Amino acid sequence: MSKGRFGVHGGQYIPETLMNAVIELENAYNHYKYDPDFNRELRELLDNYAGRPSILYYAEKLTRELGGAKIYLKREDLNHTGSHKINNVLGQALLAKKMGKTRLIAETGAGQHGVATATAAALLDMECVVFMGEEDTKRQALNVYRMKLLGAEVIPVKSGTATLKDAVSEAMREWTSRISDTHYCLGSVMGPHPFPTIVRDFQAVISMESRSQILEKEGRLPDAVIACVGGGSNAIGSFYHFIPDEKVRLIGCEAAGRGIDTFETAATVNTGKIGIFHGMKSYFCQDEYGQIAPVYSISAGLDYPGVGPEHAHLHDTGRAEYVPVTDDEAVNAFEYLSRTEGIIPAIESAHAIAYAMKLAPTMDKEQIIIVTVSGRGDKDCAAIARYRGENINE
Amino acid sequence: MSNIKKAFGNGKAFIPFITCGDPDLETTGKVVREAVANGADLIELGIPFSDPTAEGVVIQGANIRALAGGVTTDKIFDFVAELRKDVKIPMVFMTYANVVFSYGAERFMKKCVETGIDGIILPDIPFEEKEEFTEIADKYGIEMISLIAPTSENRIAMIAKEAKGFIYVVSSLGVTGTRSEITTNIGDIVSVIRENTDVPCAVGFGISTPEQARKMAGLSDGAIVGSAIIKIIAKYGKDSPAYVGEYVKSMKDALR
Repeated sequence: MSKGRFGVHGGQYIPETLMNAVIELENAYNHYKYDPDFNRELRELLDNYAGRPSILYYAEKLTRELGGAKIYLKREDLNHTGSHKINNVLGQALLAKKMGKTRLIAETGAGQHGVATATAAALLDMECVVFMGEEDTKRQALNVYRMKLLGAEVIPVKSGTATLKDAVSEAMREWTSRISDTHYCLGSVMGPHPFPTIVRDFQAVISMESRSQILEKEGRLPDAVIACVGGGSNAIGSFYHFIPDEKVRLIGCEAAGRGIDTFETAATVNTGKIGIFHGMKSYFCQDEYGQIAPVYSISAGLDYPGVGPEHAHLHDTGRAEYVPVTDDEAVNAFEYLSRTEGIIPAIESAHAIAYAMKLAPTMDKEQIIIVTVSGRGDKDCAAIARYRGENINE
Repeated sequence: MSNIKKAFGNGKAFIPFITCGDPDLETTGKVVREAVANGADLIELGIPFSDPTAEGVVIQGANIRALAGGVTTDKIFDFVAELRKDVKIPMVFMTYANVVFSYGAERFMKKCVETGIDGIILPDIPFEEKEEFTEIADKYGIEMISLIAPTSENRIAMIAKEAKGFIYVVSSLGVTGTRSEITTNIGDIVSVIRENTDVPCAVGFGISTPEQARKMAGLSDGAIVGSAIIKIIAKYGKDSPAYVGEYVKSMKDALR
């Protein structure tokens, strides 16, 4: 077996042209992750620029209304740039800078990773090019403007379904054509080794904090941790430090779109099968001949036909559960959390809220759930309004 | 001697790439036969994939047209079996790992032997991942072609030592597509390959003119051309076989 395996998943399924680039990245990462100066600089950026630690908020009203387990919200939406994406981007951008790279390229779905990358590039004086499916540039016009404002070039990708998967393909193509000065700042725990490991390590700060925060507030571990899963970066970050605590249920919420019994879904673990794509072996939505399926979700950030290899492995071993959440359920949760707690979650994060709304009432009042609010929902307001038949000008 | 090696016994080899089913398999069959009649030494047959990450826009287009036309891996195997009745030169498949993996590598390689395919190129399987496929390919005598890129540097010797069939030398950074200029020092790469193996090597990516083919094949054992042929097929559709034949003749003449 090659490097970077999570059970049978992972690996490095990429063109030869990129092999020395990922080897260079792996060597650099293995060096800098133990480098005190690197860690000091990253800590400084996370604390004083991104605003870490993010708070663990007891959602008392939500808990009372649902009438079951106590619900805590891990507020990644309060980070600078409005989502968990900044955790990984600051780490990778700093690493790229140490490697002597002067240019960052990235894919983005909802635009949150693109915005975070454009932000880090602005701060660290790097050039930035973001690939975004043309369909998503329409769904997330506000984020396109934010990226441009931050000095990034946004390239709309027209191939395939013109969504996240095509943005990843195009970013990979771009990387093969320009490697020496360019780092591909991958936004999720996917792609070839070492990306799934690097991104997970940078996102693990979420559970490192939430584990000690809950112990401080409640004196005990939670019964369940819930997060949404597209590629799976906020979910793996939310799960990671709880993986050894076997009594803590880890629940990833996949985008079911219009339902897992329809073709308009992006619930990879629930409807996909094992395959090889975008540099990794994992689960993918695909047809009987291995052609990647055109997936669908209302959420541009979860609209991806694959899932990170570590999640595929956590599913295989049964350590984590992956549940489908439909567009309807997510939109209801989006509105419900806004009204109940005064917190507008990203439509991606609303998938996790939706499942918490189902699960909490089935649990005892002494039990505890932590839900990660991976991002804030300002970017989604126009799309949700449209979903409800109302047209607002952004 | 492997069947593939025979392709390099007639001077410098000319290797056209054709996507199966673009625009339909009937046309692909005619294009292949025209290419053979006009001097092609080995045919690279593409099995289309929905998301071909190593391809530029031209070959992406061929993949989309072929899949839209309803071609499948099974239909392509049937097509190859039919083609083999009169096409005698070596043929290799070019496709992506998931096409083979989802079909079942064992079942896929067995079908390759049964239908008369000699080798396979998987651009998303680098040296580190090849064993998963070569173990089965070797069992059936299907040669898995290794690629060497301008960025391979310290990896060339390692790859060359285990290479089979022929070595696909990627001329340029980036994805497939015609280029006005190839700046990589192919001669240096080939000399490292030569120190490590006697498996022939052919250069591909970016070649479209007879002059480029002559230059690249001059530095190696042959030239591979994809996008330039796909452009002809895209332009002339069902009428493309004669035009492809004419083009192949001009390219092979340049290599004689």
